[in-house]
This record gives sequence, C-alpha cells and structure tokens, in this order.
Amino acid sequence: MKNDLAFKRRLRIRQLQGSSFKVLFLSASLIGIFALAILLVDVLKDGIGWLDWQFITSYPSRKPQEAGILSALFGTLWVMVLTALFSFPVGVGAAIYLEEYAPDNRLRRFIQTNINNLAGVPSIVYGLLGLTLFVQALAMGRSVLAGALTLTLMSLPVIIIAAQEAIRSVPEAHRFGAHALGASRWQVVRHIVLPSALPGVLTGTILAMSRAIGEAAPMIAISALVYLTFIPISPLDRFTVLPIQIFNWVSRPQEEFWHLAAAGIIVLLIVLLSMNAVAILLRNRYQKRTEE
Amino acid sequence: MSNVAALEAKNLELWYGNFQALRGISMVIPRNQITSIIGPSGCGKSSLLRCFNRMNDLIMGSKVKGEVLFDGRNIYATGIDPTEIRYRIGMVFQKPNPFPKSIFDNAAFGPRVNGIRGNIEEIVEHALRRAALWDEVKDRLRRGAMELSGGQQQRLCIARALALEPEVILMDEPCSALDPVATIKIEDLMKSLAEDYTIVIVTHNMQQAARVSDMAAFFMMDTDRAGILVEYGTTTEIFTNPKDKRTEDYITGRFG
Amino acid sequence: MLRSYVNSAKTTVDKSSLSLRRVRSQTRLRESVIQRLLLACALLSIFTTIGIVVMLLVQAAGFFSEVSILDFFTGTKWAPLFQPQHFGVLPLVGGTLLTAGIAILVALPIGLASAIYLSEYARDRVRRVVKPLLEILAGIPTVVYGYFALTFVTPVLQNIFPNMIVFNALSAGLVMGVMIIPMVSSLSEDAMVAVPRSLRDAAYGLGATRLEVATRVVMPAAISGIVAAFILALSRAFGETMIVALAAGSTPKLTLNPLESIQTMTAYIVQISLGETPHGTTEYYTIYAVGLLLFVMTLLMNLFSQWFVRRHRERY
Repeated sequence: MKNDLAFKRRLRIRQLQGSSFKVLFLSASLIGIFALAILLVDVLKDGIGWLDWQFITSYPSRKPQEAGILSALFGTLWVMVLTALFSFPVGVGAAIYLEEYAPDNRLRRFIQTNINNLAGVPSIVYGLLGLTLFVQALAMGRSVLAGALTLTLMSLPVIIIAAQEAIRSVPEAHRFGAHALGASRWQVVRHIVLPSALPGVLTGTILAMSRAIGEAAPMIAISALVYLTFIPISPLDRFTVLPIQIFNWVSRPQEEFWHLAAAGIIVLLIVLLSMNAVAILLRNRYQKRTEE
Repeated sequence: MSNVAALEAKNLELWYGNFQALRGISMVIPRNQITSIIGPSGCGKSSLLRCFNRMNDLIMGSKVKGEVLFDGRNIYATGIDPTEIRYRIGMVFQKPNPFPKSIFDNAAFGPRVNGIRGNIEEIVEHALRRAALWDEVKDRLRRGAMELSGGQQQRLCIARALALEPEVILMDEPCSALDPVATIKIEDLMKSLAEDYTIVIVTHNMQQAARVSDMAAFFMMDTDRAGILVEYGTTTEIFTNPKDKRTEDYITGRFG
Repeated sequence: MLRSYVNSAKTTVDKSSLSLRRVRSQTRLRESVIQRLLLACALLSIFTTIGIVVMLLVQAAGFFSEVSILDFFTGTKWAPLFQPQHFGVLPLVGGTLLTAGIAILVALPIGLASAIYLSEYARDRVRRVVKPLLEILAGIPTVVYGYFALTFVTPVLQNIFPNMIVFNALSAGLVMGVMIIPMVSSLSEDAMVAVPRSLRDAAYGLGATRLEVATRVVMPAAISGIVAAFILALSRAFGETMIVALAAGSTPKLTLNPLESIQTMTAYIVQISLGETPHGTTEYYTIYAVGLLLFVMTLLMNLFSQWFVRRHRERY
C-alpha cells in the first residue's frame, strides 16, 4: 500500500481544518444577521416609547416632547408618489427599447454601459446634480418636484436593469408566436411581453423606490435642513422627508432628540419593510405562476 | 492474480430521495481488467459508478444500502472518510473538466491537496507520460489547460487521476464528448493502463465496450425505473452468447 | 424572420381593400412614434450622464479659476471656511480612504466567508432564510446605520478605547463594513454559484475535501467576480455619505489613526449643503470640485470592475 500512514495523519488534520472552517464560514454568514438584530433591537429600545399618535401627527418642534414627523411623513409620501410616476414609465420604456427594439450595435452597448455606471454613481452626486439643475438652473427651488426629479434620475438605472431582467425572462417562443399571428412589434410588447414581465418589473421598481426614499444624502442637498411646519400641498412647495428629519435629530447633541430619531427610524423602517413585503409577495406569486 | 476482486458490490441499493436508482446490485470487479458497464440511458450506470467512490454522497437526499468492498473493507462503513476513498479510486468524467489552471497545476492538484511527499515535478511528468500526453504538452506545462483540444483535455483529466496512483479508475463515458480520433487514443490508453490499474468504464457505445473491456455488465431499468443488473460476464460471453433474452435484444440493437 | 413576415404582410395589403391599407399605415405611424418615445427614454440615461459631467465640470471650473489644481491635489490642509483658507483635498481623500479601508477590512473577509458558506455548504433551507435577511440588511437606509454608529457602536467602542472621541473613523468604518457585507456576499456568491458542478466533481474525485474544493477550485475559478465585488463594494464605501456625516466627524485630517475624528469627501459635501455658505463664493464651489473628484474615482472603479470581469471572464 502507498504511504498510507502519512496520508492518514494528514487526513485527520484536513478533517479538522474542514470542520473548523465550516464553523467559521457559518458564523460569518450569521454576523450580518446578528448585526441586523442588534440594530433593530437598539432602534426599537430607543424609539418605541416615543412612538405614539402625537408623534405621527405633530410638526417638528424645538421641544422634543412636542415634536413629530407629520411634515416629513407627507413629504416622503409626496416624493414617493411623484418619483414613482416619473421613473416607472421612463424606466420601463428604456428597458423595452433596450431589450425589444435596439439592434445589437454600439449605441445599445454604450447606453447599457452608461446605465451600469450610473447605477454606481454616489447618491450625493445626484444630490449635487439636482441642486444645480432642478433647484437652481430650472428655478424649481427647494421643492417637492425638484426632490422627486432628483430621486427619479437616481433610481432610473436600478429600475431599468431590473425591468430588463424581467423582460429578458419572457420566453422568446411567446414573441415568435405573436409575430406569426401578424402582431406588430408594439402589439407583441403590449400584449405578450409586458403582461408576463410586469410582476418582475413591479418588484424591481418597488425595491428601487424603497432604496430611493430611504436616501438622505441627495435629499439634504436639495432640501437642506428645514424646519417645516406645514404639509406640502403643491409640487412646488418646500418639503422635508423622513431621512432628513431623522438626520436632523441624530445630529443634535441632546439625547432626547436621539429618541425622536429612533422613533422616526421605526416609522421609516415600517414603510420600507411593507414595501419590501409587497415586492416579495409579488415575486413569490409570479414564481409560482411560472412554475405551473 | 486477475481473479482477485478490486471492488465488490454486495446487494447494493441506491435512493435519491424517494426514487430508487439501483436495486440489488451484486458484482465483483476483477483487478487489472477493464470492466464495462452498458445499458440504455437512465438505467443507473453512472449512479453505480458514483457509488464506487462515494461521489453520490455529494447529492442531497441520496442514500445507500448494502456494501461496496474495497480492499476487503466496506467503503460505506462508519468512520470511513469519502476523501480517502476518492484518493484511492480515481474518476474520469463524461465531459473533459480540467480546472481553469495551468496544465501542470491540473496534474499536480491531487498530489498537492492530499499532501503527497516527493518531487511534484516528477509525479506530474510521470502521470502525463502515462496518459500519453507528455510529448504534446511538455513545452507548455505552464499554459492554461483550457487551451488544449477536447481529447487532450480528457487525457489530462486521466493524467490528473493517475498522479495519485489510484488502485481503480472509474470512467464515466469518457469519450462521449470526443471525436473518433481522440476516442481511439483514449481507448488505446485504457488498454495500456489496464496493465497496472483496474478500470471500470460506463459507456453508451457497444462497439467501445466490445473493443476495450474484458468484462461486461448489462444494466436495465426495472418497471419502477430502478436500475438492475441483468447479466454480467466476460465481454466475449455477453456479446456472442448472452444468456438473457433482454441482453440479446439490447446487444442486437432491438432497443436502447 | 421578422423581415419576411413584414414582406408577406405587404403583399396581402396590396391585394386587400383600401380600409385595411389605411389601418396598416396608421399602424406604421403608431409604431414609429412609439419606437421614438422608447428611444427617448433610453437616451435619458445618456443625458443624465452628460448632465452630471457638465454640471460638475462647469461648477468646478469656477473653483479651479480661483485655486490651482496643483494646490488642490497636493495640499495637505483643507480649511475652506476659515481664514486663511486652505484648499488641499488630501485630508478629505485620506478620510474617505480610511473609513472605506476599515469597511472593506470588515466586509471582505466576512462577505467572502459567508458567500462560501452559502454557495458550498448551506442547505437550501438555510439559504432560503439567510439570503432574504441579508437583503434586508442591504435595504436599511444609510441614515439608520449612521444612527446606529453614533448612538450604539461608538459608546461600545469607547468602553474599549477610553480615549476615543465621539466622532471617529473607526465606528463609521465598522458600521459601513456591516452595510456592505451583503453586497460583497451576494456578488461573490453569484460568481461562485456560476462555477460549473463538473469542476467541483473533478476536485472531489481527486480526494479534495469540501474546504479544499471551495478554496482551491471554486474561489480561484470565481476570482474575477470576487475582485469585481470587492471593487464595487469599495466604490460604494467611497460614495457612502450618511454614516460618515453622522459618526466620523467634520475635522479634515490626514491620519491613519482610526480613533480620531476625520472628514470624508461626502461628509464635506453634506456639511456645505446644510450650511449657509453663499452661492458664487469659492467656498461654495468646493463641493463641486470635491464632487467631481468623487465622481471620477467611483466611475474609474466601476469601469475597472466591468473591464476586469470582461477581460477575465472564466472559460470553463
């Protein structure tokens, strides 16, 4: 038999290495989750006592006991709705063009590379763009509209990429089938591609939106730190959003404001988690349907 | 010497989840001979091969009953590390699957992970020579293995297995992805390797089984799609004078 | 295939009634309008890029007409708001590198190890639990991480380093590292899952253990994806704003000591955005010069990672 003894001795070491690294890898996967748990517990512990109806229905105030997030909550809703209205059709349109219309030429590849790069541009740079282009050059002021347009530009690349994936997953045979029946290209897109890609597109859009409305950096560049005691009623009104309000409170030195920040974070996380839940539900339903 | 068993399956059964893939397999693989496993697709030929070096352990939900004796020990006995079995029983796969590394690193992989002492260069050269590949690659050992042709890649995979000096080499349709010329080279190589090694080859190709093997085992699917051993004997017997009607039908091309 | 369909349609039109012909021409008009609209949507991304570049260049030009590029890139003091003013960007770059470096030191080993676990070890059931949780971690707004760094991690660290001040690079960097773990993990896992099973089989067949298969076959084969994940995560850390704005401080300083207060490029931009710096002044234009530098740095990293993946795309 070949040098069995040496092999066996080494095998024992390798087995030991194997099992210890397995533990190591497993704990690494759990570190992130562990951190998530600590973060959530910390936020809940700090903020839950301050979260009540009065907090939801009050404007910000210099007195922590009277302060609330009403204007920020409405500002977030405004920005979310407008951003969705702008970015969904344009994002899906761009994805349709790239997947269904564009010939595989340099322009297409250039647009694609460009979109990939835009997805990696730091959000604060979008804030500078919005500040310069919408707030100043186009004279929209520090308005809801300027904020929503900025978030639109920021979330478009993500939406386009997600929509492209959804469109690509529609089987080619479906398209050929419709074309063979004499459908025009748009009819194929409208009646065949879009309906089956829609859940995927929606999931991607919702996830992109939830990323966008959690963003504080570009919004701070647009809105600055304002002390708003009214609800914006027109797109040209000044506004604040939850992340700005939270940032504002965290950067105060007094600990009471940190509790307000934590309460605000709980509200923000509830909004985001419910959006994510909707997206996951959509995805699951869609997956089940395609499996059938 | 040739009658000594290299491997012996004793009432071997294999399940993937609830699906039984093999039933009641008992056979003796003689040492220093080429044993071919033939049969229609889906009859569990490859699954059987993967039982011989415990590759099935890697598939979730797989379960083995019965015994496979190797050196008189049951390789499924508790306390036996499949790593040791695979170190001593080499395997060559359907499609050539060299690592995306250099030719040298491919051949040196087994000795390195298993911590074999000795001159790695010598081991690699010996393995490549034994696999009839040395003359074609000796000037480009540091080049990527993916640059080789399909046939060369498969011989590299054989060399990679040989570098561990295994007692048995399992080959799972090693020529199915190769052209006829490359196939002939591998077959010649197998015949020369049989002097020193025990070879078990799964093949779809009747002619190949007839050309290269000393023993042949004919497998089929049972009514529940579990693989069963229908007939086992010398290749001459199986191909010229099969005892079972089903073997005869398959050999003469009536199904499969 | 499409063209032949269009041609045959034409011949039927020729044979058919006038009304059908009118429908066809309306269809053609509608089709071309729609195609143009869709093209416009796609081109918006190009205009966005042009907008960013032009905006940054034009505004930064206002800055560089006052301050020499050499001073900007080589000066080691950044104090645009105080007299005498200093416009050396290196302290901001240093702060960015320091926090991003700490973040990567946390995220790379942990993310990679968790990718190996998920791709090579975990059963389906574990994967189905762990991956969505990591996605949640990736979806937490950065301002929340900033809060966590400042109000939880910093006090904990102060127990370990009693001399550490409230605003410091370490706390921000650590939390930023946690934030980018999911990114490193999921991108690396994608690269590892893409390594074909046949390579793993080959290695197992040669007597490799699971650990050896993972580290000697799967990881090397997936290396381009892993490098790309690393670069993208680093670029993300460079651009991350809220954590550093809240927890790392606002004192631009060239230091390697993570216990000190520093300022990153992004945090500086936030600081000026918040303040009352009047438009048109050199101080105000600094944010565009810093923004331009940040944009170029992250763009180069993104381009590099794409190029790297293309260049080293594994052929199995």
